[in-house]
Amino acid sequence: MTPARRRTFFNFWLIGPAALAIIIFMVIPLAMMAWISIQSRSYGGGVHWGELSAEAWLRFLFERNLDDSLSWSVTYTVIIIRSIWLSLITTVLSLLVGFPTAFFMATRDRKWRTLLVFMVTLPFWTNLLVRNYAWILILRDYGTANGLLMWLGITDQPLPLLHNQFAVAVGLTYSFLPFMVLPIYSSLEKLDLRLVEAGFDLYASRWQVLRNIIIPLAIPGIIAGSILVFIPALGSYVTPELLGGGKTLMIGNLIGHQFGAARNWPFGAALGLFLLALVLLAMTVYALRGRERGGKP
Amino acid sequence: MKKNKSMRLAALCTGTAVFALLSATSSAFAEGELRLYNWSNYFSPDLIKKFEEETGVSVTIDNFASEEDLLAKLQAGGGGYDVIFPGTTTLGVMVKEDLLADIGVSKMENFKNVLPAHQTIAGDESRTFSAPYMWGTTGFSYDPKKVPEGKMAESWEAIFKPADELKGNIAMLNEMSDVWNAGAYYLGISKCTEDAAEAQQILDLLMEQKPAVKLYSNDGTIDRMVAGEVAVHMQWNGAAHRVKEKNPEVVYVYPKEGTTFWTDVMAVPKGAPNLENAKKFVNWMMVPENAAAASNYTGYSNAIKGSGEFLKDDLKNDPAVNTPEEYNDRLRAYEACSEKSRDLRERVWTKLKS
Repeated sequence: MTPARRRTFFNFWLIGPAALAIIIFMVIPLAMMAWISIQSRSYGGGVHWGELSAEAWLRFLFERNLDDSLSWSVTYTVIIIRSIWLSLITTVLSLLVGFPTAFFMATRDRKWRTLLVFMVTLPFWTNLLVRNYAWILILRDYGTANGLLMWLGITDQPLPLLHNQFAVAVGLTYSFLPFMVLPIYSSLEKLDLRLVEAGFDLYASRWQVLRNIIIPLAIPGIIAGSILVFIPALGSYVTPELLGGGKTLMIGNLIGHQFGAARNWPFGAALGLFLLALVLLAMTVYALRGRERGGKP
Repeated sequence: MKKNKSMRLAALCTGTAVFALLSATSSAFAEGELRLYNWSNYFSPDLIKKFEEETGVSVTIDNFASEEDLLAKLQAGGGGYDVIFPGTTTLGVMVKEDLLADIGVSKMENFKNVLPAHQTIAGDESRTFSAPYMWGTTGFSYDPKKVPEGKMAESWEAIFKPADELKGNIAMLNEMSDVWNAGAYYLGISKCTEDAAEAQQILDLLMEQKPAVKLYSNDGTIDRMVAGEVAVHMQWNGAAHRVKEKNPEVVYVYPKEGTTFWTDVMAVPKGAPNLENAKKFVNWMMVPENAAAASNYTGYSNAIKGSGEFLKDDLKNDPAVNTPEEYNDRLRAYEACSEKSRDLRERVWTKLKS
């Protein structure tokens, strides 16, 4: 073998296990999902293998009326739009809270920075479920938040903080905030403070410095953080279930319901693929933005 | 079925260990063996001891964490168990798939003790394969201090069309079939309806109620009532009983239009190694005193006439658990609905939640 061919051969064996894992644990299951989504459903769960049906995909836009005629339906579109909307709100809230936090962290002493990064990741030591239950205790009618508001005399009736979209947005923001803070922090950490000084020397206002110097330099972190928050928020299940009070479904809950109580596997699989497509779309936008910026996403 | 699965899971390890220990000490019994397969924390260890002493049979018990586990094990060939404890839905599947042994329950000596409502069950109408073990109901409970005039009508109307003061102060179970059933009872529609117009009526009723509902949830129903977060909660009776332990004023309602009850049964898988002992056990469990001992442990009702006097006082005196005679005609059994009906139900539910 020539050295070049030997290298190719060697690379093949090195890549082999990883490729095999991807095929077995990702490609095949995805293909199965796609296949299941076009089977006709079996009412006890599962599908009638080999009986093709487009019913699951039709459900996205059309609804069999309770009397079996087809008509336009917004039932699922509403849930999908709500999921995207709540994820966008979550992303914006995370950005509003996360950017100042990251900026504060990045401008501390080196020894403080390590500690602060550690503290940002600290909530991950607790299970997501536990953290969401904690928010139930905070937001409930006679919980911490309402207790404080009433003690301060701001309100005399408990405000409805729990079991609505507000609670879901708060819960999601809290859950995914570190994903926003850390990428922005890593962008800002590299920020050359002399540029800021130069800005001030040239009589730029604080706002102009922020807008024309700091934010443009932090853009890669902001985009990465937004993607990292938006994507998991889109597929979230626990938070809308617990904090939304079962009244505000998101795609994740809808998928769970299809495989659980409803036992409609084809529709569940179709929804799963749809969610995946949404995520891929978000990733593609990110990648394209990166390319426009000269290959440095 | 409706019991707290996570609690059971948590107790599973302890339970198995205890029973392993018990069985090790009792292996000297001469009358052979009996292997039970049940939810954890759902069978009294004292009762096992009693059965062993009275019959000389040595009993072991294993626990499953979900009925899917139970079914899978049986489909894979029985697992060597003699008596299993499935719920109604699983029972139906097992009968249909021919997984159970014919033990002629209705011809057993103690079958006469079974309450009339439980002498038949969907999927095993003639009680050939199964005997009732525990059962419970789905009604609603309320705190008299928090409802207008301190009293609510014994009707689903009270929560489907609530008084203005109660709006936003009602919690519903997040359980498709229970909510659908309640709506069907209230409207006087068959819960297995295949009629789209009727399904639409149920949907309209639920949609009209939705703005008044604070949340749909199966978790923490007890805490929610005890903490007074809602005034009214659609609830399972076992949970209501535990609310009343902390707040005795709470009232559990059996709505007059119909109150669903669910049942867990005892059955014997085909090819059970100790068939005779299994039959002996099932018959023995229909003795009032033994059924009462089982209830005292689980906190749920049994279906045996005359077991009331052996119940612990707090169970006996709680109408949520010990259903008063006059409510018996309000109880509605599980029915196995057609695919078409289930499809309608599921679409109503998704529309309600979207």
